[in-house]
Amino acid sequence: MNETLKNTALFAIIAGLIVFTGFQQSWNAALLIISMGLISSIMALGVNLQWGFAGLFNVGIMGFVALGGLAAVLISMPPTEGAWSAGGWGVAGALVLGAATIGAAIVTMKRMAKGWLRTLVMLAILVGGFFLFRAVLDPSVAAIEDINPAETGYIGGLGLPVILAWPVGGLFAAGAAWLIGKTALGLRSDYLAIATLGIAEIIIAVLKNEDWLSRGVKNVIGIPRPVPYEIDLQNNAGFVERAAGFGLDPVEASTLWVKVLYVALFAGVLVLLLWLSQRALNSPWGRMLRAIRDNEVAAEAMGKDVTARHLQVFILGSAICGIAGAMMTTLDSQLTPGSYQPLRFTFLIWVMVIVGGSGNNFGAVLGGFLMWYLWVMVEPMGLWLMHLVTSGMPDGYWLKDHLIESAAHMRLMTMGAVLLLVLRFSPRGLIPEK
Amino acid sequence: MDFLNALVALANYVLVPGIAYGSQLALGALGVTLVYGILRFSNFAHGDTMALGAMSAVLITWGFQAMGLHLWVLPTALIALPFAILITIGLLLGTDRMVYRFYREKKAKPVIFVIVSLGITFIYNGITRFIIGSDDQNFADGERFIISARTFKKMTGLEEGLAIKTTQGLTVITAIIVVAVLFWFLNKTRSGKSMRAYSDNEDLALLSGINPERVVMITWIIVACLATTAGVLYGLDKSFKPFTYFQLLLPIFAAAIVGGLGNPVGAIAGGFVIAFSEVTITYAWKKVLGYMMPAGLEPDGLVQLMSTDYKFAVSFVILLIVLLFKPTGLFKGQSV
Repeated sequence: MNETLKNTALFAIIAGLIVFTGFQQSWNAALLIISMGLISSIMALGVNLQWGFAGLFNVGIMGFVALGGLAAVLISMPPTEGAWSAGGWGVAGALVLGAATIGAAIVTMKRMAKGWLRTLVMLAILVGGFFLFRAVLDPSVAAIEDINPAETGYIGGLGLPVILAWPVGGLFAAGAAWLIGKTALGLRSDYLAIATLGIAEIIIAVLKNEDWLSRGVKNVIGIPRPVPYEIDLQNNAGFVERAAGFGLDPVEASTLWVKVLYVALFAGVLVLLLWLSQRALNSPWGRMLRAIRDNEVAAEAMGKDVTARHLQVFILGSAICGIAGAMMTTLDSQLTPGSYQPLRFTFLIWVMVIVGGSGNNFGAVLGGFLMWYLWVMVEPMGLWLMHLVTSGMPDGYWLKDHLIESAAHMRLMTMGAVLLLVLRFSPRGLIPEK
Repeated sequence: MDFLNALVALANYVLVPGIAYGSQLALGALGVTLVYGILRFSNFAHGDTMALGAMSAVLITWGFQAMGLHLWVLPTALIALPFAILITIGLLLGTDRMVYRFYREKKAKPVIFVIVSLGITFIYNGITRFIIGSDDQNFADGERFIISARTFKKMTGLEEGLAIKTTQGLTVITAIIVVAVLFWFLNKTRSGKSMRAYSDNEDLALLSGINPERVVMITWIIVACLATTAGVLYGLDKSFKPFTYFQLLLPIFAAAIVGGLGNPVGAIAGGFVIAFSEVTITYAWKKVLGYMMPAGLEPDGLVQLMSTDYKFAVSFVILLIVLLFKPTGLFKGQSV
């Protein structure tokens, strides 16, 4: 069996599984799996760029995805009335002050001669700057959070179309990646892992606690959509008529049509990114990255700037995760900082890349769909398994209750086991790198 | 201005919790640093090893409590600790045999080990949640305080009270004993010396006839002791919750790197550096400053530099600073 045939067959199997779900459960469920599968594939593409092309280990995918989500809020939500005049400029000024403090400290470090005086001056700048920052920030934040806290209480967005948030989400993630890459790249490979783990936790902490920015755990709901609302479609005579032509009732037709539109949008982004990734992979730049990955010392001896290339690819990969994050928040129409879990947003994506085949873009896409499908299906399957195991036990028996209750934790173990098994027995994944 | 009261308030809210937390971090960082020194990878599963060890201790403690076994004023968990350590040793050795050894024989890159350890993290985490659930579990018993705030006030007549929890005292004492034994082992015994030799120069150690598998086995056994002890102490001091141990990874790694990865003395120092930075930066200084400042100049606000929700940011920033300016850590570690 040749390679193309095998790969096509693999994709066909996934398509078959999803179609089966469509017939078995509902087409709404199937379309939802497809749209989340598309988003997962994009995240996997980003991670594949970092790991598969360059061998960089990023454990902070969750943070970059969340930054994308924040972009969706800041771009598309309507601005909160009076928030900018009450405290928005104050907050912006405080952030500028903070950045200026760090800048001043860096300039001091570069300009002054090494010694205790330099350390002292830098400390003075940083401490003074911090208090100034807090003095400007705190009252502005309080002013913003006081505006109708039950409904807004945050700075609001710009009221622009949500599609714009996707590239902006990529930019946000790229900025965070630059910060991390600048410090941790060029050192041991483990340090990048630890630094990304940290930034992800901090980004989530900021989203959860900075109510003026993201409403924190009160969540931002009702983010505008790039596609029509179901209710508008149902009130649209033309749409109802066309739906009737297909033999569908208006409610079902409208929910399906909205999901189809999402799928089309996401598929467009995926195809574009996949095309770009393929071009990158086969370009001299891609070859250079693989050369660096396979033998860093030799590549450096050939005059390649290893750290700069690593930084470049790290930023690009993270930006792709940010784009996917913005898309996901758009699909959900809400930003819920409490729902970002490392298992779901970092680890699952890793499993997708490894299972699909690291270094191969199509592998990443395949892994994205396959693992998302399994992710959705593992819980009902676990529950079913637990019911099977415990079927011999009497109702109300403590072990039975405990086992059925714990079925939800099966996901953790399943994903861990899948990763370890694939790494051990088939480290090149389903569609290996050429 | 009231210097004594300020000092007591400082001790009560900063020094005592800082020392206890620092000891817990130091024990955790020692485990990470040992794995790094001998097996040469950052073990992401360390936090969840602590969680699993602590969970075993919790279950055994409940068993002892049900049997009516108590340890006078001390927590029953102390009797459970050796048994929990045995379970963790078995678990880690089993994991090494089934997972890590394969990659060791293949001489895989360190980053592969890190990925594998991440996989192990989730399996351990799954096991922990599967057995005990994801809720808070309380397993501390015995006397709650060595000195309670009220007794202290009565004794000294000061306005401020100083409370020292039994678990805090216990944490520090246990940590001192464990560290003393560890350093004695590393410096005085034959096995300890072979471990250090292996960590310094693998090839030379192999040439001198040191059995690498034995070194690795001893390392895992020590790591199991350290992780379980740290996990149980943290659980006694705060409370046992599987999720918090994964979050402890960041401060623990920061501590190990600040001290210099692979350097045990550094791990201890790093643990206290991180703990005290976290506590001082997230502590509201209003009370202490209120006593220290002359009348009329007392601060109005809380004088809290950062809210406690950002305590991870503190360890992260320290980590970044160390990586930027001194990647080998305060004490010379192995890595660049």
